[in-house]
Amino acid sequence: MNTLNIFFSETYKILFLLIPVLVTVAMIVWLDRRVWAFVQKRRGPNVVGPFGLLQSLADALKYIFKEIIIPASSNKVIFIIAPIITMTLALVAWAVIPFSETLVLADINVGILYLFAISSLGVYGIIMGGWASNSKYPFLGAIRSAAQMVSYEVSIGVIIINVLLCVGSLNLNDIVLAQQNIWFIIPLFPMFIIFFISALAETNRPPFDLPEAEAELVAGYQTEYSGMMYAMFWLGEYANILLMCAMGSILFLGGWLPPADIELFSLIPSPFWLVFKILLLFILFALVKAIVPRYRYDQLMKLGWKIFLPFSLIWVVLTAGYLLYFNLLPVQI
Amino acid sequence: MKLGRLLKTIFMVDFITGLLIAIKEIFKSKKTINYPFEKGQVSSRARGEHALRRYPNGEERCIACKLCEAVCPAQAITIESAEREDGSRKTTRYDIDMLKCIYCGLCEESCPVDAIVQGPNFEFATETREELYYNKEKLLENGDRWENILAANIKADNPYR
Repeated sequence: MNTLNIFFSETYKILFLLIPVLVTVAMIVWLDRRVWAFVQKRRGPNVVGPFGLLQSLADALKYIFKEIIIPASSNKVIFIIAPIITMTLALVAWAVIPFSETLVLADINVGILYLFAISSLGVYGIIMGGWASNSKYPFLGAIRSAAQMVSYEVSIGVIIINVLLCVGSLNLNDIVLAQQNIWFIIPLFPMFIIFFISALAETNRPPFDLPEAEAELVAGYQTEYSGMMYAMFWLGEYANILLMCAMGSILFLGGWLPPADIELFSLIPSPFWLVFKILLLFILFALVKAIVPRYRYDQLMKLGWKIFLPFSLIWVVLTAGYLLYFNLLPVQI
Repeated sequence: MKLGRLLKTIFMVDFITGLLIAIKEIFKSKKTINYPFEKGQVSSRARGEHALRRYPNGEERCIACKLCEAVCPAQAITIESAEREDGSRKTTRYDIDMLKCIYCGLCEESCPVDAIVQGPNFEFATETREELYYNKEKLLENGDRWENILAANIKADNPYR
């Protein structure tokens, strides 16, 4: 009886987290299209619901009723589980995101490592989808995406080390609380820029959307997918983008902390501030999509390995040296 | 020169300029229209859906000369004609396969009595193929429905033909 109670209370907690996340993902697709349209002086989706807010719902409904086509020469099991893996991994990572000091599903001590591990696993969905399709474009897209995600993961890892040096803990709540005096975006501004660009590459957003470069690869790893399976890739992608935005706001923008220690700001509940920061970062993501051309593949690799990696490594040395010299290390050795 | 370029790259000057332009563009007025609710202007010479016109007294204009059938490059028009009781030649069948039609406007140009015309209507999508095989009744009905606009368009174009 007791275990059943725990099971149900945990399920409620998970649903309480997942349903808002999924709704936000749907809304964010709309926001993305809308921002993109506005930059190009178009109107964007504005018919379904107020301001077209329910457009994603209509799209999802359309996808549900479409036929799922499984190519005859594909590896059927892997073909089917690839989108499931993509979406599950994108949602599973939300477990450790703290929405306030107490409002966190799993307050584990290695939260940031968990996030990092899950976002690294995300590449498996894409590789499996591309491989199992047994077709040239998906395969090339999958190879590209694997190379790209692995390269940029390295610099993201080093950037996280920068932040950890200043915090002294892997717990996400501790990282947020360490920013009470000053958000890390100010002392670590170059790292924030590199994190942002790496996040773009990590989530296959323009200008790094090589895995699905429609001009050369049709739709990359999604070419053979249709119906709800395509929609799941799509949901997973946007959930990943949202997750990257959440990671950025926790690492650099003070997570659920209000922008300043003012009475008025503390009246607004802290989850609001995190959502606000995530949305702000996402709008930046959407704006970048609207203004940049796509990178060439060798340029992408050069940027990742020859510029970002050395630069963030040097910055680790600088941060560590600074903290050590002024005796500011959070953990005394 | 080269140092300037390098500094520009490092501080992402071009990128930030682009971002600011994008933000500025967001607040400008939209260049597209709200299509199903708001429609763009259609030229008086627009070559849209076909229509067969009538004279004001209700008599069909078409004299079954079959010039349109002969000129049609897609061979979309099929005409059969017969003599009516009063001795005038009239069509018994006037079909246009709207799926074959390339909307070139040659039928309209060749018609000596302005009977077959292409109107401004471009929203005649259907759910089945069969609905797009237009027959005489459908074309005459189109003519009756759009007559005011069709007459005005022909009048507006008159000085140029």
